Order: sequence, then structure tokens, then C-alpha cells
Amino acid sequence: MTTVTHEAGAPSGAAPPSGPAAPAIVTRGLTKRFRGGQVAVDTLDLSVPRGSVFGFLGPNGSGKTTTIRMLLGLVAPTSGEHALLGLPLAAALPRVGALVEGPAFYPYLSGEANLRRFDAADPTAPAATVRRRVGEALDRVGLTAAAGKRYRNYSLGMRQRLAIAAALLGPRELLVLDEPTNGLDPQGTREVRALVKEIAADGTTVFVSSHLLAEVEQMCTHAAVMRAGKLVAQGTIASLSGGQPVRVRIETPDAAAAVRVLAALGLAGVHIGAVEGGTEVTAELGGHAPERINAALVGADVPVRGLAVVRPSLEDVFVGLTGEGFDVDG
Amino acid sequence: MSTAETEIRRAPEPATIVEAGPSAEGRPAAAPAPVARARWTFWRLLGSELGLTFRRPRNLVMLGVLAAVPVLLGVTLRLMTADDEGGVGGIIAAAAGNSLMLTFASLSFLVTLLMPVAVSVVAGDAVAGEAGAGTLRYLLAAPAGRTRLLAVKYLNAVVYGFAVTAVVALAALVTGLALFPVGPVTLLSGTTVPVAEGLLRILVSVGYVGAGMAALAAVALAFSTFTEVSIGAIAASVVLVVVSQVLRAVPQLDGLAGYLLPTWWNDFDGVLRSPVDTAALGEGLLVFGAYALLFGSVAWARFTGKDITS
Ligand SMILES: Nc1ncnc2c1ncn2[C@@H]1O[C@H](COP(=O)(O)OP(=O)(O)OP(=O)(O)O)[C@@H](O)[C@H]1O
Ligand SMILES: [Mg+2]
Repeated sequence: MTTVTHEAGAPSGAAPPSGPAAPAIVTRGLTKRFRGGQVAVDTLDLSVPRGSVFGFLGPNGSGKTTTIRMLLGLVAPTSGEHALLGLPLAAALPRVGALVEGPAFYPYLSGEANLRRFDAADPTAPAATVRRRVGEALDRVGLTAAAGKRYRNYSLGMRQRLAIAAALLGPRELLVLDEPTNGLDPQGTREVRALVKEIAADGTTVFVSSHLLAEVEQMCTHAAVMRAGKLVAQGTIASLSGGQPVRVRIETPDAAAAVRVLAALGLAGVHIGAVEGGTEVTAELGGHAPERINAALVGADVPVRGLAVVRPSLEDVFVGLTGEGFDVDG
Repeated sequence: MSTAETEIRRAPEPATIVEAGPSAEGRPAAAPAPVARARWTFWRLLGSELGLTFRRPRNLVMLGVLAAVPVLLGVTLRLMTADDEGGVGGIIAAAAGNSLMLTFASLSFLVTLLMPVAVSVVAGDAVAGEAGAGTLRYLLAAPAGRTRLLAVKYLNAVVYGFAVTAVVALAALVTGLALFPVGPVTLLSGTTVPVAEGLLRILVSVGYVGAGMAALAAVALAFSTFTEVSIGAIAASVVLVVVSQVLRAVPQLDGLAGYLLPTWWNDFDGVLRSPVDTAALGEGLLVFGAYALLFGSVAWARFTGKDITS
């Protein structure tokens, strides 16, 4: 288990257990055993620093949604504890926008009326500004033109957007998004990613669950990996990838010459592989500048067809951690 | 994990709801919510709930049907008495003689099944409908608060119950005034009271029957907290009413009748005695209160302790 601790955004170092400097999400020993004996979440210790975009990864059925339901007080943990924003749950929830297991709205109401309905449920939301806030939330997800349309007639992507709009109704300190790109086309997916980055740029912590490794890699600063209800790893994306070094990859017909040059430069982990129409040589980049390596190769008359810096993907890390694929957890 | 930690925050809604302390420091913009504000936001949520209920076509159709029945009843009665055909007795016969009596006749006819069905639909759907649609999780994450949401749902159903009763009474009153002679009302006991007092007695019976519907709403709401399929809760409530009506008609089960909610609904005819049979009305209201309290508690216990997995 690679648990990486990090600064929680608190200037003074150690984060207190409560108050505004507390991590956005903390769980300790959080466990849920459903009736029937299924342990959906098993002694989960999660710490989501303020201001992070935190990817919550795991295959289907690994307990992501169950964890989120517990965090939001929808499902009672069998044991363990949790806190959002270092506050009691009822005080924290108005500052938390949530998308849980897909959108759910009143089909016979318009998008706008639906948002008003959920705003009315929040005891801290000022009724005086509801029109403006609903308008802004709809605008933010690009639904202004469809605001008056009945939800029944919304497309899948529009529904997903409305759910995100509902999560943005008030000033939020934390967004919890359960698979926000589910059912979206590539364009919609890109837009959600851009939206998440934009929201995070305003200082809002974003906790986003996904079973898509690539998505988390593109959006997130931190990640945690779940597997069958258990936490396999958590930390910054960089620290998670820490085990696997960045490598330089050279495509050349003269592998032996390239190996000599790389060895002379002092690169470690030199490896020769075959690729279509030639060979490739890879090595750990270490502190070396790629352009200098290129210059050295060219200087030694090595024919370079291609040179690339290869960063380890989360997928490599994940497979490295679990030694398995990314299939459904029963 | 140590067992010391396992007891914290087990309930979906921790007991820290009213703690305004920590919330005040994090965001100075959101002032600590005073009681007045909390109350105001409660009415806002109730307003939203009423808006949903009274704009929903299904609920309006039920009100429309309930309004149509007294009209049909009045017209039928008018045609029958024009033929000088006897055969009907009690309140129904009296309705032909006085414009106000159609109201009591209609209430007495509709309170046995049709009005309870309408109330069961709204109250039975209250929680189960939201759970089934998935909107419940978003309401609770807003956070609506479980106790607060349940109170809003119950009050909403009570308002609908009174609306159902009032619509029946109003439709019957208007029909009665249009079709039958206006004048002093002859009560069941033979005494005659002026029109104004007759109207007052109608108002009292609307209050009584409305309270009876409110008690039923608590029962249907309790059922509603046990399922994610609203038709299940609605059916359970309607079946309970029908079975109760059948049971109380069985003479051998006389002892049981007093415990059945529908037994008490027709006792609004206490207002047709002279003087008004306040003892019967009071006893009925007590039963309604007991039912509301009992099933309200069941609904609360279930709803505040339940995992929302829909
Ligand atoms: N109400 C329930 N009763 C019993 N078991 C449940 C219940 N809800 C979820 N589970 C089980 O708990 C496990 C975790 O489910 P969960 O929905 O949290 O997974 P997930 O990580 O969100 O999956 P996905 O990526 O498919 O959304 C699964 O094995 C599931 O079958
Ligand atoms: Mg899920």
C-alpha cells in the first residue's frame, strides 16, 4: 500500500482535525457492510486535501458510490467515521455540491424549475437570489437555451449537465462528482473536464469518482485507487507515479550505438526493444535534459528516427500496484 | 480500526444538526442561522412541495373527479325527486329538501372510499415516489434534513387532504344551492336551524373530515417510507381502508370497529344533531390524533434510520 501524506493546504503544516483548515474529506476506518453480508467499503482511510482535484478510482463495484453515499449521510456506515470540511455533516452539506450515481430530476418540471426545487431544499440558500443563482448555474453548464424545456425531453448529456448545474447552485467549497462524464459524448466529456478545471481554479476542492484511469490522469492533482472496497493507494498523481520513473525513448536502427551513448551519459535502466521497422532504446531520464541527449546522439552519428519522453501512466502504476487488470469487483 | 471509533456518526443524520458554532467561522458571509430564518426556509420548502402537488396533473384530476361527484349526485337526486319516486332515506333524502344537505350527503358518500384514495395517492407517493425517482438523494444532500423533509411531506399531504374535503364540500354546496330550495335546514334530530348556522355546521364537518384525512395521510406516509415503489405504498393504504370498511360492517366484529380509522370518518354527522354532538366529534378527533401520532412516529423512525440506496 502506497499511502502518501502531503500538505493539506494549511500554511502552518499539520492540519487540525476540524475547522476551515481541515482537509476537505477525511475518513477513518469507514466501513459499510450491507444487509446480506456484502462489504462494499472496507476500513477506508481517505484524506482529500483542500484545493485538490481528487480522483477516486476503482473498477465497477469497488465501492466508490457507496463511499460517496456515506460521505453525504445517505447511507449509515457500519463502522468508522468521516467528516466533510471539518464540520458536522449538516453544517457541511450546504457548502458541498454533489452528483451521486447519475442525474435524478422531476420529469414533468423544466430544468429551471427542477433547480429551484432543489434550492428550496437547502435551508441556507437565500430565496431572494434564487433566480440569479439558477441562471448562473444553467449558464455555467451551457443549458440556458434549454432552461424552460421539460426535463423529460432532455437528452442524456443535457441531464448530466443539469445535475452538474444543481451541484453548482450555491457557493461551494467542495464538489463531489460521481462519474460526471458517464453517458457524455467526447465533446461533452471534454467540456466537463474543462468545467472541473475551471471550478478547481476558483479554489473549490473537487472529489471526482471514475473508473477511467485516463480521465483521472488528465483532470486530477491527487488520486486514490479502490479495489473491492479497499483502498489500494492514494496520493498526488506525481507521487503515485513515483515508483515508475520517467523514461526517454529513442527510435533508431542502430541500437548498439545508442546504448553506448546513453551509457556514456550515465543514464540508468537502459533497455532495448523491437519496434516496427527498427529498434527502440529506452532509459530512465533521471535529471538529464532530453535535448542534450538528442545532441549527444546526433554528435555520435547515431541515426535518430524519433525521441520521446515517456511519463508513466496511472494505468502502468495501477497494474504495477495490483498486478491485475481493471475488471468488475463482485 | 479500534472499536472506540466505531460509534461515531452511525446515524445518517448526526445529532449535530442545530450546532451553528463551527459553521459560523468558516464562512462569515453565511451568518449563523437564527430560528426565525430556519422557520422561514421550512415554509419555503413546504411552498415548493405544495407547488409540486397542486400542479401535478394526476392530483388535479383527482380533485376534479371529486368535485364532479357531488354535481352528478345532485343532478341525479333532482331528477329522481322530480319523478316523485321515494326509496332513499337519511341524509340523501334530506338533500332533496334543502340546498345545504347535499354537502353532508356528498361528504358521507365520498368519505368512505374516493376521498381516502386521493389522499392515499398523494401521501403514499410522498417519500416512495422521490426514492424511486432518485430525487430523494439530492433533496437529502441539499440538505433538506430527514425530519424536516418528512414534516414538509406530511404537512403537504394534510393540506391536500383538507383540499380534497373542501373541494367536495364546495362543489356540493354550489350544486345544492343551484338545484334545491334555500331555507332553514332541518337536522336529523328534527330541529330546524337558519341557513347561516347550516353553513357554519358545514364548515365544522369539513374540519372534522379533513382531520380524518390527515390521520390517513400519516398511515400512507408511514407505508411510503418502507418502499421505493410508490404504487406499493398507495395500494397498501387503499387496501387498509377497504378492509377496514368491510370489517366494520361485520356485526360480529363490533369490538374491533372502534380501532379502525374509517369507522370515525362518518361521525361528522354529529353536526346534524341538536345540539351538535361534540362528544362524538371530540372522540373522533382523538382517534385521528392517535393515528397521526402513531403512524407519524413509525414514519419518522423508519425514515431517519434508513439507508438511501436509490
Ligand atoms: N443497497 C445495496 N445492497 C447490497 N449491496 C450493495 C448495495 N449497494 C451496493 N452494493 C454492493 O456494494 C458494492 C459496491 O457498490 P458501489 O455502487 O459502491 O460500486 P461503484 O464503485 O460505485 O461501482 P460503479 O463504478 O459500477 O458505479 C457492489 O458489490 C454492490 O453490489
Ligand atoms: Mg458507482
